[in-house]
Amino acid sequence: MEITEKMVEGTATKLSAEEILEGKVLSARWEPKLKYAWDNGPAIGRYLAELKNGKIIAKKCDKCHRILIPPRMFCELCWVPTGEWVYVQDTGIVNTWIIGHVDWKAARLDIKGGARPITLSIIEIDGASKGMGILHHLGEVDPWKIHRGMKVKAVWKPPEERTGSITDIKYFKPIK
Amino acid sequence: MRRVAIVGAGLTKFYRNTQETPKELAYEATKMALDSCEMKLSDIDCVVNGTAPDAFDGVHMKGEYLSDGSGAYRKPYMRHFVGGGTGVLSPIHGWFHVASGMFDTCLVVAEEKMSSAYPHPAGAFLTIFDHTTEQPLYPTLIYIFAIEMNRFMTTHGYRKEDIALVAVKNKKNALDHPSAQIPGEVTVQDVLNSEIMAWPVNRLDISPTSDGAACIVLAAEHVARRITEKPIWIDGCGWSLDTAYWCTRDLYYPDYLEVAARQAYKMAGIKEPHKEIHVAEPYDPFTYKELHHIEGLMLAPRGKSVEMLVNGHFNRDGNLPTSPSGGLLGVGNPIAAAGLMKIMEVYLQLKGAAGKRQVPGNPTCGVANAWGDLMQVGTVVVLRK
Amino acid sequence: MALIERFQKTTDVGYWEGQIPMNYIYTVGRAGEKFFREIIAGKLFGARCDVCKITYVPPRTYCEKCFARLEESYVEVGTKGTVHTFTQCYETFDGVKKKDPSIVAVIRIDGTDGGLVHWLGEVDFEKVSIGMPVEAVFKAKKDREGNILDIKYFKPVK
Repeated sequence: MEITEKMVEGTATKLSAEEILEGKVLSARWEPKLKYAWDNGPAIGRYLAELKNGKIIAKKCDKCHRILIPPRMFCELCWVPTGEWVYVQDTGIVNTWIIGHVDWKAARLDIKGGARPITLSIIEIDGASKGMGILHHLGEVDPWKIHRGMKVKAVWKPPEERTGSITDIKYFKPIK
Repeated sequence: MRRVAIVGAGLTKFYRNTQETPKELAYEATKMALDSCEMKLSDIDCVVNGTAPDAFDGVHMKGEYLSDGSGAYRKPYMRHFVGGGTGVLSPIHGWFHVASGMFDTCLVVAEEKMSSAYPHPAGAFLTIFDHTTEQPLYPTLIYIFAIEMNRFMTTHGYRKEDIALVAVKNKKNALDHPSAQIPGEVTVQDVLNSEIMAWPVNRLDISPTSDGAACIVLAAEHVARRITEKPIWIDGCGWSLDTAYWCTRDLYYPDYLEVAARQAYKMAGIKEPHKEIHVAEPYDPFTYKELHHIEGLMLAPRGKSVEMLVNGHFNRDGNLPTSPSGGLLGVGNPIAAAGLMKIMEVYLQLKGAAGKRQVPGNPTCGVANAWGDLMQVGTVVVLRK
Repeated sequence: MALIERFQKTTDVGYWEGQIPMNYIYTVGRAGEKFFREIIAGKLFGARCDVCKITYVPPRTYCEKCFARLEESYVEVGTKGTVHTFTQCYETFDGVKKKDPSIVAVIRIDGTDGGLVHWLGEVDFEKVSIGMPVEAVFKAKKDREGNILDIKYFKPVK
């Protein structure tokens, strides 16, 4: 049986956000206060502690010999506990990237008013196995000049401002 | 395993902001599906429900909340959830219930009300990323799709203006869909000139925020043959998850989908998908994603989908029509309900009941897929008449 | 095989704080629109399924048992009912001690199958019993907004 206009008519009532906010229909509001403290675990715990030291650490799988970043306690491909800790470089290459004109809430950035677009990127870290990328921002670069394979290096916060967070790296910037 | 058929279908209109509560939407779709095959709720043995994150509707334990609107009062009921992949996991989940021999009939209901999340459901996506290594950088799904699109484009040398043709095609197809939220005649220039969200993604490259529900009725063979002369069979199911370390995948190709598709094709006895499949509903929340999925479904060789698109191969009257419904880009994207809408479209096309959307050539085999979780789940269903 | 590294001292155990930053606006829906608009008028409404002989309070657009459409079957149900069951709460929803314990009850509205969860007022806990007749006490008309708090509480019928 075909699904026709007549059948779907009246199944849902179209409103606008304004009509809801202005009270054309009744509504209820809720702002959940959901706060969490997530245990880091040994692998990410060490990763964050090393970021505070200005270093990037990975972990090696003794079976597939991949150097894994972010570090993890088990290799998800070989399904074995990982082996030794390995420091990797704070340089890498751009795997792919975006030039974001909206923020994480999908709200518009004032690009015309001079706001810098968000240039989030996947960066393949030197010293880790091929394809091992992490998510981070790019900086000190014209967004429209970013290109695949571009060499970049971490720009760290000063030691006293670091907290043991991925944001201890401010961003990655291009290098020759 | 018993054969399982789709025997009925229903869906609501898709809108950005609906007055109806989520369970009222679920009821409308479910009621229509039962009416479409002249069945009563008492004819139904069990119910499955697919609905994406609780954070959209803002209802914790949304499955339980939706149960009565889904027709599950005092019936065996299960909710499933794999993010955007949910809508095409839904018929698979229902298929288990009937194929196993445990139940003869099953309602498969999918619902999403994204407008409850205020001011924008995008905020809900922040928390799907790793909470220590990614969330502090404030990523959102639009960025992540843009980042994947960039990798896909640069690997194959695809041009944005060619990919934009997906929006042109799907929004036009949606003009003939009674539930469509944003159908229309748009041009490639309209897509390219629309607001940049996150380069390379523009406004018209993206499906909208939507509210809506969809439902199909499944029956075992002996029941299906009593209900209809034209049962449409679920002949293949596949699903898989790639690594959750998504930054370590090469995003140019959807391996998660190829794995799922191979499983579904094997079950359906399909050896040459590009020849044996006559109509497809690849998951298209973004323009590039339809092409990405056409390649992952092995309906086009890697790196060739754009050329085929430009040549009209995927048009409704082309050799392999894709998203004849209008897809998520045209009909709308109430996540789980959108995936099930795609299954429903293949069902209607094979039944010859797609009305103005009917593809020519009496198709006998179709496929639909969906994609979700942290962009690494693939769900695939093959239907045949 | 167990994981091969262990924390040697508990001070190595770190954690990361975060939250799920969401806001919601819920429309009350088609049946809810009827229910809450009538509450503003100081009335309670239900929905009657004549097939299943059930009166739902709050009303719904459909009967969950037989799936009949009930939007043409909304009925006024009065504001009186009985205590179906009750409890006294000493903590708030997030576990903070309350200064004044509150009595929460399920109220079965007379002549219906519907139960409303609400507070009991103007009564001591010791005096509450299952089956006790109660009635809704509404806020002053000017303060009503069309939500469940327009009923302040239920009190014993004198």
